[in-house]
Amino acid sequence: MALITYREALNQALREELDRDERVFIMGEEVGYFGGAFKVTDGLIATYGEKRVRDTPISELTIVGAGVGAAMGGLRPVVELMTINFALLAIDQIVNTAAKARYMFGGQTKVPLVIRAPQGGGHQLGAQHSQSLEAYFVHCPGIRVALPATAADAKGMLKYAIRQEDPVMFLEHESLYGMKGEVPEDEDYLVPFGQAKVVREGKDVTIIAYSKTVHDALIAADLLENQGTDAEVIDLRTLNPLDIATVLESVRKTARAVVVYEGWLTGGAGAEVAAQIYQAAFDDLDAPIQRVASADVPMPYNRHLEAAALPSPDKIVRAVERIS
Amino acid sequence: MDIGKELVLEMYRKMHRIRNFEQKIKDLTTAGEIPGFAHVSIGEEATAVGVCSALRPTDRITSTHRGHGHLIAKGGDVARMMAEIYGKRTGYCKGKGGSMHIADFSLGILGANGIVGGGIPIATGSALAAKLAKTGEVTACFFGDGAANEGTFHESLNLASIWKLPVIYICENNGFGEFTPTAAVTSVKDIAVRAKGYDIPGYVVDGNDVFEVYRHTSEAAARARAGEGPTLLECKTYRWEGHVVGEGAFISGKYRTEEEVARWKARCPIIALEKAVLESGMLKRDELDRVAQQAREEVEAAVQFARQSPLPEPSEANEDLWI
Ligand SMILES: Cc1ncc(C[n+]2csc(CCOP(=O)(O)OP(=O)(O)O)c2C)c(N)n1
Repeated sequence: MALITYREALNQALREELDRDERVFIMGEEVGYFGGAFKVTDGLIATYGEKRVRDTPISELTIVGAGVGAAMGGLRPVVELMTINFALLAIDQIVNTAAKARYMFGGQTKVPLVIRAPQGGGHQLGAQHSQSLEAYFVHCPGIRVALPATAADAKGMLKYAIRQEDPVMFLEHESLYGMKGEVPEDEDYLVPFGQAKVVREGKDVTIIAYSKTVHDALIAADLLENQGTDAEVIDLRTLNPLDIATVLESVRKTARAVVVYEGWLTGGAGAEVAAQIYQAAFDDLDAPIQRVASADVPMPYNRHLEAAALPSPDKIVRAVERIS
Repeated sequence: MDIGKELVLEMYRKMHRIRNFEQKIKDLTTAGEIPGFAHVSIGEEATAVGVCSALRPTDRITSTHRGHGHLIAKGGDVARMMAEIYGKRTGYCKGKGGSMHIADFSLGILGANGIVGGGIPIATGSALAAKLAKTGEVTACFFGDGAANEGTFHESLNLASIWKLPVIYICENNGFGEFTPTAAVTSVKDIAVRAKGYDIPGYVVDGNDVFEVYRHTSEAAARARAGEGPTLLECKTYRWEGHVVGEGAFISGKYRTEEEVARWKARCPIIALEKAVLESGMLKRDELDRVAQQAREEVEAAVQFARQSPLPEPSEANEDLWI
């Protein structure tokens, strides 16, 4: 184990997979000489050269589309989008090709493409630079959606993603890059998809979260403990595949559930989680499921307005109080 | 010179306003007094001012993430701009937009846009509206060299060409997209040559010469108003400051040399204007100094206004989404 940041964990994962498989290469805006907008690819070009760490023009649709084609051509591209906000320029290639190719062509081809993108708000960057767009991709069959919350998961999940035979949206949270955690050094340390993790055990309520909101939920759980409520916290880790079994097991025990996500409330990925709980465990619930998410507005710039729009530990505590 | 004294003084005033405003933003961001990303345009003032001085008040523009200069050049109020960057209710967007989204629609400014290339189709559509309504208005569309590699650039030039839209595409080529030299990611040395592929006129312009920018824009606007369609102007300029204020904290290594920066600083667009008008005898030093001093005072007053303005209430987060 080594105590490293989420950012360093991702960098390690990329290095190890570049070493392991010569078909792996990286491309994106500023990923080479400047090591990526969030420094995730720092130093890689020095080791692997311009052939495998490729700086691109500002052309998101084509970067992703070229990733699809390169994957069909036998390579294993890791495409970095500078932030998820710019994935909206590339969504055609993600949804219309990457996610569909295997199925639409009757299993003749595959698209082993990883699209990495930072996302999330909280830094006063305004409406176009603060979004959490996982729901857009969760809605679409044919593409995996992974959102690591810790340094260890960042490494194990990225390595796993690169070894997949199908496309993956790999969404990192901008607030987590500097967060440290113990990370295994084993070169085959993989965190398989579809395995939610109980990160805190409790008996009174289940708080279901992913990405940065896992940390908000843990803070909320500490606050709740002071008032005598024992919360269980689950980190979903991937939204596609979704490990609903782990969630149901917990909810059957606690009989109460709060789903927390940073995307917009309406149509958010947490709404799907809530729907699946209702469908499978309605009789086990003692109270209606609560959702804590971003307000249904474009992210405002002012600090107070932004805080009003984002989910927070306090808002999670209040949601738990509503059903306790 | 075919440009009158009053217009020259106005150009000079706006270039100073931009210079002072941007310097202030840089200082306040560095001091931690204002948040967010600040992309300042020091060194690029002649392009913004040369273009907007050739437009009518009813003409429209689209702007970019590096947009403060465009706004000021089109007549934006520095106090309301500053208040917006402070996130205050008195700001142009009531504190909801921030640096990358300041706009004054009453001045024909259809928004700064934080998405690279995002403004290009919007300008194209704005020109379509003017053409259909036969208003004679033109739309000037600002974007960077980096944006010229987005699909929106190519698709818009094609559309504006086939529909002969009254739009002027202004590529501010400052040599870099973030930390990548334009040459490393661009197929052509001069982006202006891309106009050929869309059968529209394209010109390389000295973006640090406000008079040259003005003349090219005036000609392009005349063509547009005459129904002859779009023009691409590539204004070669340079940003003196980093891509974003404070970038030194997170970038490793250097992407340009001190000598290169010094070379461009020696070609300061404001000093170039001064030299031209002093040499021709059009204006005297004290006339210029008075205007420069006023611009400094306006920006100081803008900071005071912003500091003293009220913050929005948290409940305002839910306002303005719908009518
Ligand atoms: C679609 C999109 N991709 C990437 C970015 C991140 N980004 C912001 S500014 C910038 C560079 C833009 O370069 P250029 O168009 O030349 O304008 P300049 O910053 O030089 O004024 C990039 C890549 C963005 N905002 N939008």
